[in-house]
Amino acid sequence: MNFPDYLFLFAGMGLVTYIPRWLPLFFLAQRKLPQWLVDWLSLIPVAILCALLAPILFTDQSTRCLELGKPEFLVAIPTLLFAVKTKSLGGTVLVGMGLYWLAGFLPL
Amino acid sequence: MASWPICFGYIPIGLALGVLANQAEIPFWAVAMMSILVFAGSAQFICVAMIAAGASTWSIIFTTFVVNLRHFLMSSAVAVHLSGLRRSFLSFFAYGITDESFAVNMTHFRKDNWDHKRAITVNQLANTTWILSTVCGALLGQFIPKGAFGTDYALTAMFLALLLFQLHDIVYILTGAAALAIGVTWYLFIPGDSYIIGASISAATLGYFFKRYREKQK
Repeated sequence: MNFPDYLFLFAGMGLVTYIPRWLPLFFLAQRKLPQWLVDWLSLIPVAILCALLAPILFTDQSTRCLELGKPEFLVAIPTLLFAVKTKSLGGTVLVGMGLYWLAGFLPL
Repeated sequence: MASWPICFGYIPIGLALGVLANQAEIPFWAVAMMSILVFAGSAQFICVAMIAAGASTWSIIFTTFVVNLRHFLMSSAVAVHLSGLRRSFLSFFAYGITDESFAVNMTHFRKDNWDHKRAITVNQLANTTWILSTVCGALLGQFIPKGAFGTDYALTAMFLALLLFQLHDIVYILTGAAALAIGVTWYLFIPGDSYIIGASISAATLGYFFKRYREKQK
């Protein structure tokens, strides 16, 4: 990608990020949002994170085939346990990286 | 002073984003451009992951839109405290609404005599910190070899931790499980990267109907 590609991508991302932040403020929507929309939107982050993780954890991304028990998945288990215990974002990232790095030395 | 916790929180995350962007072969000037134009932590991490995976521009933009729709809720909530202000101010304020600045400003609006000037100072300090730390990360990243010390796994680990912090009750857990199952199936059978949007929207909708069903049972 070169300069115009990046500019187009980031301007597009910026626009779709700005509009939902701007609309309610600009029109000062004092009315509350409908409850169904609030409920649905609150489930979006979980759904997106799982959708992003799904192929990383369960498929071979070079051939696009199902692959169970790959290192990415095996490392995810202790990483999640660490996150449950500590509730620390930075710590979890470091532990995950360290375990994945070590897993690279194992004959998996 | 209220923005110190945000700034301290942003520096390591911003550095990490810069390093990962560098590993995805995104140049430092593009990182600066992204932080200025978009200014949204999680969407920027997802964007880096998608660029690294060779995703198309339109699918990155659409994913960003869905990821950042939640700010619509935050903006509506903060609007109550900013009534009667000039629209130019409000338009500028909207740019700085993030999960973190929203949390800090709303806490202060509720408790203290907080005003719009302090609120926008929080937004701007957070924004400046974010831009500087992501660019520093991108520059530092040039000295870290690709894939060293498990950096390949940094985004995955971050998504795992963010996911875990979101699992408030059984509705969220089932939504996540549905998104995993639909995501894998969609990814295996449909080429391209529509699986992100497809799985997340359908899983959130399933989760919503499960929540409704559960409330009716009570």
